[in-house]
Amino acid sequence: MKKILPVILFLLSLPFVSQTDSSFIKRTQADTSKLKMNMDAVYNRPFLTMGKFPVAIGGYVETNSSYFGTDGVTEGLSFQIPRLTLFISSSIKKRIKFLTEIEFEEGGKEIGIEFASMDIELHPLLNLRGGVIMNPIGAFNQNHDGPKWEFIDRPFSATTIIPSTWSNVGFGLFGKYAKNNFVWAYEAYLTNGFDDKIISNTQGRTWLPASKQNPERFEESFNGVPLVTTKTAIRHRKVGEIGISWMGGVYNKFQEEGITIDKQRRIDLYAIDLNSTISKTRTYINGEWVVAMVDVPKTYSQSYGNKLQGGFLDIVQPVLRRKILGWENSTLNIAFRTEYVDYNVGTFNETNSKIYDHIFAIVPGISFRPSQQTVIRFNYRYHWQTDLLGNPASRTAGIQFGFSTYF
Amino acid sequence: MKKISFGILLGLIICISACKKLLPSAPKDEAVLAGTIPGLSPEQEKEHLIGDANFARIFTKEDGLGPIFIQNSCSGCHVANGKGHPSTELTRYANVNGSVIDYLLNKGGPQLQHRAVPGYLPENLPNEANVFSKRLAPAVMGLGYIAALDDQSILNNADPNDLNSDGISGRVNYVSPTSFFSPQAIHIPNNGYYIGRFGKKAEKVTIQDQVVFALKQDIGITSDFDTQDLYNYQLGVNTGNNVTDPEVSSGFVYGLVFYMRTLKAPSRRNADNTDVLAGEKLFTQIGCASCHIPTFTTAESDISALSNKTFHPYSDFLLHDMGPLLDDNYPEGSANGFEWRTPPLWGIGLAKDSQGGQMFLLHDGRATTFEQVISFHGGEAASRRTSFNALSQTEKDQIIKFLESL
Repeated sequence: MKKILPVILFLLSLPFVSQTDSSFIKRTQADTSKLKMNMDAVYNRPFLTMGKFPVAIGGYVETNSSYFGTDGVTEGLSFQIPRLTLFISSSIKKRIKFLTEIEFEEGGKEIGIEFASMDIELHPLLNLRGGVIMNPIGAFNQNHDGPKWEFIDRPFSATTIIPSTWSNVGFGLFGKYAKNNFVWAYEAYLTNGFDDKIISNTQGRTWLPASKQNPERFEESFNGVPLVTTKTAIRHRKVGEIGISWMGGVYNKFQEEGITIDKQRRIDLYAIDLNSTISKTRTYINGEWVVAMVDVPKTYSQSYGNKLQGGFLDIVQPVLRRKILGWENSTLNIAFRTEYVDYNVGTFNETNSKIYDHIFAIVPGISFRPSQQTVIRFNYRYHWQTDLLGNPASRTAGIQFGFSTYF
Repeated sequence: MKKISFGILLGLIICISACKKLLPSAPKDEAVLAGTIPGLSPEQEKEHLIGDANFARIFTKEDGLGPIFIQNSCSGCHVANGKGHPSTELTRYANVNGSVIDYLLNKGGPQLQHRAVPGYLPENLPNEANVFSKRLAPAVMGLGYIAALDDQSILNNADPNDLNSDGISGRVNYVSPTSFFSPQAIHIPNNGYYIGRFGKKAEKVTIQDQVVFALKQDIGITSDFDTQDLYNYQLGVNTGNNVTDPEVSSGFVYGLVFYMRTLKAPSRRNADNTDVLAGEKLFTQIGCASCHIPTFTTAESDISALSNKTFHPYSDFLLHDMGPLLDDNYPEGSANGFEWRTPPLWGIGLAKDSQGGQMFLLHDGRATTFEQVISFHGGEAASRRTSFNALSQTEKDQIIKFLESL
């Protein structure tokens, strides 16, 4: 932390330098001229460039307040800074570039490299990427920047089934092909992957984020078998984008000192994502659904599910686009999210009755964007959580207010 | 501009003032089994919360779970503090040869751990086992009142030789105390044995006995009171657990005990309903209340909120011959296979809210309705079953409504 602090201070000071010499430091807006896809999200961000300095920097911050209660009990009002993220990118040479994303979560409690990859373009259809990459499963994992969303909380399915931001060390290929109004893209990577914490954790359920607690996954694979992640997506300029993705590998340690100690147990995630804007009403629709299949030992607790599924659907409707409070081209949106996650799809061996352990939530909200890079959000969240047996649901609701902005 | 600013400000004020109204309300007290007994001090409430966290703690293999186990937390079996579900049913076994009972402790007995941490094999029933008893977890609310009862109150209802000729001959289960048992003023010893009041056959004297036993036999967790790990004898002794023992401290155990001592007694619902009142009367008239005794009063307790309190468990905490249909052939303490402690009926009306919307009643969950439960009553209780069956359908429904109100 001490070593990284001067670098952080330097990076954070750059925006103030720009205030004194605006000709030296320029803000590069996200490129909207080309058909951008979810896979481009990592580069499709605003950056600050400094003269001929080959490095550009950027970042975003999210902060909010919340007042939540569960079944009549409230913890009161609290304030959070869920994440502060810094990006640094560099064009090393023509068709060779590097970008890193460093995230500070909850005021520095967790500091992580979410992305640090070098991309080498051999052909638009054939790019080599290596380093810490974000596995392209679903859309949210790669396209998760706070300022892009009208909702303060990340979707359950995208954080607890797909453990966004889920990034690992590895290598792979990606490419795009565009013709007329269409663009098709693919990504395929081999990375380090999950470990057996996904079924041995204090959540008492199959919990993929538990693997993120293992810092050694950036040093070595837990079991020597790479996690394979592939995604293909197609976008039409006027219709929208649809992507399908798969991520699979072995999560347990099946061999030690050359001795087989268990069978290889797989985890496979399948996701579909889509987004579209209805041009007539400018209604933005965005959704994702994921199914995870996990080979849990039959002699282990049934509370650890071998199939999980969930997803979300967001609808964002701009209702006002004009100068508001002195800001040109401001937008006021109303938004609605519905989400569902089932951590244990199946039935009990003893009774053949359904296993529950699911959450259903609705999140109406209002957002105000003084610019496309900044969002001020107000959300009301209500969710129903049902335990493993399907007893009367626990109800949680709350109000959230906050903002998120690129800087 | 001014209108918009005013609108935003007004909206924020409305939202902030409406905050509490937008949050879910608490369920009615009588609809849940969570909560503390009345009269606890803030310090005791805090201790209760600590125990609550212990109760909900999910153990992993790094914490010492298993390596063989039945469930990985207390709350995993006692969901919402209520009665257990068949998915967490446990099996006890032994070898019984005439009057010789061998709990097969050197084969992994007395309880089967049919689950194991990944990479380890669960236990199988040893070939020598010839009696088996399947059990569902009991509800845990109100246990502090039962623990605060003096032995004499239990003995007062014992009538092992049926001297009053009512057909009921309840007797106490005298059991050998654990090494860590410390007698209190409420206990009356009998040649080194003490009266059991917890467990389906009244085989445990104190809540702590049950907690230490369950930590080990259900979760595979050692404590200061029992430091020997569970392991699969079929794989080899002392295998599969590298965690330092004890895996939890005495403080952790005491926290659990305090939590259960201070869990409230279940509250009645619709107690003034005409049918419920009629059912309650019939319940007594046909003799159910001979064993399911409605009311007791506690003795002095170190927790003042439990001292001299009247409570309504609907049990006599005595063993009764329940007949061949409920005979599991599995003796515990001085209890035979056909003898069971009268289960407290309080909270039975909320059983389905902790069992996934459907009731699984009796010790092994085989009955799913109150009528089925009554039909399994035999032995001493056969006459009560006959009396119930002789009632009109309306009267039976009234008794059911009364049971649902408990």
